[in-house]
Amino acid sequence: MNFGEIQKKAEAEWKALLESDKPLITVGLATCGMAAGGNATMAAVKDALAKHGIEANVMPVGCIGMCYLEPIVDIMKPGRPRITYCRVSQDKVSSLIEDYLVYDNPRADMALGTIGDGTVEGILRLFDLPMLKPQVRISLRNCGHINPEDIYHYIAQGGYTALSKALGMDPDDVIKEVEKSGLRGRGGAGFPTYRKWQEARRSKRAPKFVVCNADEGDPGAFMDRSVLEGDPHVVLEGMALAGYSIGTPNGYIYCRAEYPLAVKRLNIAIQQAKDLNLLGDRILGTDFSFDIEIMQGAGAFVCGEGSALMYSIEGKRGMPRVRPPRSVESGLWGLPTSLNNVETFANVPAIVARGGDWFASYGTETGKGTKTFALTGKINRPGLIEVPMGITLREIVHEIGGGILGDKPFKAVQTGGPSGGCLPAALLDTPVDYETLARAGSIMGSGGMVVVDNETCMVDMARYFLAFCVEESCGKCVPCREGLPLMLEMIERITQGKGKPGDVERLEALGKTIVAGALCGLGTSAPNPVLSSIRYFLDEWNAHIEEKTCPALVCKDLIHYELDARKCVACHRCLWSCPTRAITAKPLEAPVIDQSRCTRCGTCVTVCPARISPITKLPGTNSVGAGRPAENQEVLVHG
Amino acid sequence: MDEKVTAIVDRYQGNKRFLVSILQDIQAEYYYLPKEVLAQVSESIDVPLSKIFSVSTFFKAFSLEPRGRHLVNVCVGTACHVRGAVKVLEGIERETGITAGQTDKDRRFSLEAVNCLGCCALGPVIVIDGEYHGKLTTAKAVEILKSYE
Repeated sequence: MNFGEIQKKAEAEWKALLESDKPLITVGLATCGMAAGGNATMAAVKDALAKHGIEANVMPVGCIGMCYLEPIVDIMKPGRPRITYCRVSQDKVSSLIEDYLVYDNPRADMALGTIGDGTVEGILRLFDLPMLKPQVRISLRNCGHINPEDIYHYIAQGGYTALSKALGMDPDDVIKEVEKSGLRGRGGAGFPTYRKWQEARRSKRAPKFVVCNADEGDPGAFMDRSVLEGDPHVVLEGMALAGYSIGTPNGYIYCRAEYPLAVKRLNIAIQQAKDLNLLGDRILGTDFSFDIEIMQGAGAFVCGEGSALMYSIEGKRGMPRVRPPRSVESGLWGLPTSLNNVETFANVPAIVARGGDWFASYGTETGKGTKTFALTGKINRPGLIEVPMGITLREIVHEIGGGILGDKPFKAVQTGGPSGGCLPAALLDTPVDYETLARAGSIMGSGGMVVVDNETCMVDMARYFLAFCVEESCGKCVPCREGLPLMLEMIERITQGKGKPGDVERLEALGKTIVAGALCGLGTSAPNPVLSSIRYFLDEWNAHIEEKTCPALVCKDLIHYELDARKCVACHRCLWSCPTRAITAKPLEAPVIDQSRCTRCGTCVTVCPARISPITKLPGTNSVGAGRPAENQEVLVHG
Repeated sequence: MDEKVTAIVDRYQGNKRFLVSILQDIQAEYYYLPKEVLAQVSESIDVPLSKIFSVSTFFKAFSLEPRGRHLVNVCVGTACHVRGAVKVLEGIERETGITAGQTDKDRRFSLEAVNCLGCCALGPVIVIDGEYHGKLTTAKAVEILKSYE
């Protein structure tokens, strides 16, 4: 088959699916959908169809990004727009299928919105919803829409046309198109993509390599996972375009071990592409060959760093090396290698197909196009979003994210994970782009965006990220291996109410030394969360150090619980659930909390009937640290 | 010579570049990396045992100690952290009597605190034997554990 015939077949299949006289039912089955019970929903859909004797096309799709509404089920009846239903747990499936498919009641109460032409009474259009309206979907355009395990679905959406077009172009012109688009590395560093490709192309040494960095290790980031699970072919096509531009048949994807579903879907996608000669030898009858091999990580955050990642592919310990030379000069096995992030590759097919100028029409002067973010934390509508660069943090948090959970006050948004920083409410109008975020003391990063409210302690947050980096430090260079644990020790003292005047200055000095002296990206950015927290939330640090209180009531050594006997109904639930038996009571009487045994775990508050809430968390130490087992203290020190 | 190990090494044509993949397959087979198996790998792909230990101790996914029947991964990523993952982890630790990184006496559970699993909107999340459980509270997590024998 030539590409035209493949396209025709794909379009015919897609059309047949949409215009079939059977209803089409899709279930969101990315990892997030599965965690919300998507598999059980899928099984229930099949059961319900069998029960009513309805024939339908049922298929799994990736994640549309509204993770908080999973499991998501779409139903498209012949001649009607597709309706997206949310929170369809297995027990709701039967009534939904029966009502809509048997009695033609579209169940507007369960529906989120419609997709496609036509309207259904009582249901809004999905992309008019406040969460989706400000979004521009380029790299995520197919996620949640197509079956990721069917290459024809991808081709029917225009997939692989960019590759087919590029194969008739001069590789330098492909690179020029990427240059015009202004695409910069989406892994966080923001290095212009075309320059990596150009340098790799010009290198006289061979073989060369194209490597896709899918070692998405930042906690709170899942952009790459969603793309790989929802639309794996877009990444493969982007890599093939890179291979053609650079002039190499060798592609590798380094995917982290925590993403088994992504690996599975990538393997299926690679095989399907090979079967249609869109990957493999002499692609579409040209002289260009390109093959992709998947390597799985084994749980090391530092392997997201370029040189460490490549050592890991070579079967060695993933420890970074001194740079320069950069990996385009000396990468895998010391040979020229272009390493790009999943999302970077996912943008390339659209750029080649529609032109660099089109892509560059989105975004700001220095940041072109769109960026995906994993919006999480204490927010009403957490999920995966794709927005044009230059959008403000306020729009992201309040419009797309729907504001803070429980209408609590916004405190900060953390961007860039363990390499980034926290930005306070005063900076909410900052437009999102590489330079503005860096000036504000954070970074764009790979796209993790964690929103926190006033119940989150910024000192604890800094401690959390630092503990993460201490744990993940490979141990090769002294500033990172020795400096970070020292910083952590100081912060832990502060959270335990043992901070001393001058601690903040010492942390800043040590942090800046590590930034200046560490070997790789992990070390040089690890102090960022602490430094930015001190910069914007100094009063909270001072409260911990000088007043020995935690204003957010998080740090366990600086709080205690008290029980108001007048409010208590003596149900004694807290007494039975207390893990350290710190709560005792005489029959029918209000219990008493023994502060010396209490570990401040908060279990009593969660089991206490909310309407009476006699137990309150209060600032101040009622016998610091007493009752906490010694080994717990030990664990804390080592992060 | 253990045939299972030979089969795994053969899968990669005995190429030492695939050391990490070989170790992953061995761990999938035995749930940990037994010392005598590593010795056999060392011989068949011609990599010193010291190098194999250096790689297997570097990556967190590898265990040199026997694991329990059920592997419980508690996500302690940022989003889960701010939504109370620590409480869930502590609850599981109390219930099982082991701390993260340990296996209980009966080899029923191995408990690991792991980095972000990527389903942040559903935090706190735990994964038991590859099955995801989201939106947890301590009580729910303990209840789920009881269904694993």
